[in-house]
Amino acid sequence: MPMDYEAVIGLEVHAQMLTESKIFCGCSTKFGAPPNTQTCQICIGMPGVLPVLNRKALEFAVRTGLATNCTISQYSRFARKNYFYPDLPKGYQISQYELPICEHGHIDIIADGERKRIGITRIHMEEDAGKNIHEGNGSYSFVDLNRAGVPLMEIVSEPDIRTPKEASEYMRKLRGLLRSLGVCDGNMEQGSLRCDANVSIRPVGSTGLGVKVEMKNINSFRFVEKALEYEIKRQLRTLEEGGKIVQETRLWDPSSGKTQSMRTKEEAHDYRYFPEPDLVPLVADREWIDDIQASLPELPDAKRERFISDYALSEYDAELLISERATADWFEETVKAGGPPKAAANWMIGDLTRLLNEENRTIEECPMRPVRLAEMIRLIEEGIISGKIAKTVFEEMYRTGKDAEQIVKEKGLTQISDSGELEKTVEEIVAKHPKEVGRFRGGDEKLIGFFVGQVMKATRGKANPQMVNELLRKKLAE
Amino acid sequence: MELHTLGITELRELLDKREISVRDVVDSVYKRIEAVEGRVRAFVTLTKEKAFEMAAEAQKRIDGKTTMPLLGIPMAIKDNMCTKGIRTTCSSKILGNFSPPYESTVTDKLIAQGYVLIGKTNLDEFAMGSSTENSGFHTTRNPWDLERIPGGSSGGSTAAVAADECIAALGSDTGGSIRQPAALCGVVGLKPTYGRVSRYGLVAFASSLDQIGPITKNVRDAANLMNAISGHDPFDSTSAPLAPPDFPSALDRDIKGLKVGIPKEYFIEGMDPAVDSSVKAAVSQLESLGASIVEISLPHTDYAVATYYLLATSEASSNLARYDGVKYGVREQGKDLSEMYMKTRARGFGAEVKRRIMLGTYALSSGYYEAYYKKAQQVRSLIKRDFEEAFRSTDIIATPTSPTAAFRVGEKADDPLQMYLSDIFTISVNLAGVPGISLPCGFTAGGLPIGLQLIGKHFDEATVLRAAYAYEQSTEWHTRRPKLDAGACRWTMKQ
Repeated sequence: MPMDYEAVIGLEVHAQMLTESKIFCGCSTKFGAPPNTQTCQICIGMPGVLPVLNRKALEFAVRTGLATNCTISQYSRFARKNYFYPDLPKGYQISQYELPICEHGHIDIIADGERKRIGITRIHMEEDAGKNIHEGNGSYSFVDLNRAGVPLMEIVSEPDIRTPKEASEYMRKLRGLLRSLGVCDGNMEQGSLRCDANVSIRPVGSTGLGVKVEMKNINSFRFVEKALEYEIKRQLRTLEEGGKIVQETRLWDPSSGKTQSMRTKEEAHDYRYFPEPDLVPLVADREWIDDIQASLPELPDAKRERFISDYALSEYDAELLISERATADWFEETVKAGGPPKAAANWMIGDLTRLLNEENRTIEECPMRPVRLAEMIRLIEEGIISGKIAKTVFEEMYRTGKDAEQIVKEKGLTQISDSGELEKTVEEIVAKHPKEVGRFRGGDEKLIGFFVGQVMKATRGKANPQMVNELLRKKLAE
Repeated sequence: MELHTLGITELRELLDKREISVRDVVDSVYKRIEAVEGRVRAFVTLTKEKAFEMAAEAQKRIDGKTTMPLLGIPMAIKDNMCTKGIRTTCSSKILGNFSPPYESTVTDKLIAQGYVLIGKTNLDEFAMGSSTENSGFHTTRNPWDLERIPGGSSGGSTAAVAADECIAALGSDTGGSIRQPAALCGVVGLKPTYGRVSRYGLVAFASSLDQIGPITKNVRDAANLMNAISGHDPFDSTSAPLAPPDFPSALDRDIKGLKVGIPKEYFIEGMDPAVDSSVKAAVSQLESLGASIVEISLPHTDYAVATYYLLATSEASSNLARYDGVKYGVREQGKDLSEMYMKTRARGFGAEVKRRIMLGTYALSSGYYEAYYKKAQQVRSLIKRDFEEAFRSTDIIATPTSPTAAFRVGEKADDPLQMYLSDIFTISVNLAGVPGISLPCGFTAGGLPIGLQLIGKHFDEATVLRAAYAYEQSTEWHTRRPKLDAGACRWTMKQ
């Protein structure tokens, strides 16, 4: 992006709530059942049926609101959003409009090493629509209403996001939070977490807002960044070429990596929102909300602060570890098993993350137990293996699930701490490199590193680096 | 004895003493239907086979010494309440083939009481109208004069009760749809407090106004039916979590000292003089029974019709969106989705339904919402406050039910505004959510029934029924029956 423009981005995240049953009827919300097997007269919109709010869905929305520092509305109500589509059985979606359940919250993200606060405008509850299926010869389509009535939360951010990277960080943070609250599984492939983005550009320093474009159908962290990068470039190019940004809705197409216009402002739907007369307004019950507040798990931000103060971690490391509750738990188990926090954090953020990513695994699917990492770190600290060897051991533990001691024994990776054996090697190395010995003795002290390296190479990394250092200095000083 | 002419209470006694069987009653009712239905045309669907099955079940229970007020009583149900496996059309072509897979809460309660379903009655399509002329199938005739309409939208149910084609019926009332046809057919019709009776299974017209209620030959029967259908329903969030009282026992007390308010805004110019004098006479009668009459004011009455037609049509425009040809009901093929939608709805809905969908869509449109829907909601609050204010100084309110007696078929059919004014005295009651009853209080010179409307406080149907009962028992209007002799068929079919 040229220096003189910045992007203004706001995200609308749709999160499917992890309730057992749908938001207004008793049907199951389980994913993947044969079409139209999880439906009843209510969620298929038969004449005469009425919605009854699932209390669990309300509780989940309130949990999310409390965890994102929102105000829980004293008085909230549902509204109808009217439009025709075959996957929308009643011809309207029950949603919230004027009086959402949660408002005025925020969450903090770390972007480019700095903490940044992103405002949450509102969180509201609504029902999901079904799914149109286009198969066969194309003369007609099918409708699967299993998803119709699955409870959703729409979490709307303030336009506080400035870069695609911040946007994906925000999504990551939000996903981790929803998962730690147990209100959403965050599965983006199955569509449990989806995102629309509003983006405009403006000259740096300006406080007004440019014409915004809404982008729909963004369903991965990578796509959030890619779609925004593409769209920001498109808008800049449009302005550079003397064009005008049109207020419109654009669809992100992951296969082409482009966005394309879906409808302009003129073609936008008039949803004719009005208060849902079939549901009574929600009046906040303070005691119930206090109970929910008290039952919240430790939230990521509090956990980060605790990791920093209790384990002396850097803010950056702490942020990475708390992003997922399972990661944080894994870390704390390692510490509990005796692993020193800083070393444990380094191994997790470095090697463990790399190995998991290579196989596209989550931490829950990690084949290695935290106690193994703690044991391995102990071997390093006791000088039994070197840090370098440890990398091999770690990977072996990850692959086989065996413990470090066993691997070290089997592979003969024990560090050589026998001074007699090491002395012999050191003498050989010194004898082999008379030129370097001369330079070292002439004052080029940095060459110590070269000698250490040579010894390590000769011992295939098993030498105790501290002892090698001492022996070399003694020998070279002779 | 002609069993079909009796009420619930009389039949109960005969059935429990086993002087007659349920089958005798059902037989009598269907014989009556055979004799007069060709002229009255109150029904959309008759359920004769089912009725005799239900009758046999009920008889078994009676033989087993079970007694319940509605056990074995033949009833008609307005065809906008879902009956499992029995066609439920709302008198609309779009639902002409629709058979619900579930039972509405009210009929479920009646089944538990052992009632016998005689048939589903005609209505103005989706309950939109005041004459049944808007039915997608046929117009029901007023049993008192077959050239006249029975009122609406529950005209099928009120005509069936008036013509003794059933013992009692259920109707639904959004702006007067139980009370106005009850008045025009000379029967008793009660619209309960909004939230008293579950709406689950009632096909919605205007959700914030719709309420199901009894249509009967006398007030005691209405009280008995209220006992059967009232109460909180977990499937209807708008049903009140209140235990209803025992309604029939409320009838036993007299009305000495009861304050009856007369709203000055309800005795208007253009009202039929016969209606005016009958209702005034009824008020005097209440006074002579010990009630004290107080003049009250409902100052926002003038705005009621406009407010109603904005709110009811707005809700209707959304409630009727589900009839899109995708899932059930009639579908017209189109070359693409939008043509399928348009053809289905253009052919499936009648003119009045389309008119109201358009009105409501307009009132909710962006740019108009504030001026129409929102403003109407504010006026609705004022109208509700009018009633709350009035009920500080009175226990019930007495008014005419309808400004005129039954009008002729076709007389107002092409003038929607005139038609809308038929509900001028009943609409405010729905907007305020309070209960109202209509009961016979006289006849015009031409022999057409006139209705008295009594309005009560929220959830105080008991007092409304008590006053109505006291009045009814001191007069003989409710004992009169339309002649309907064979050969009196003087009209020709409109469609």
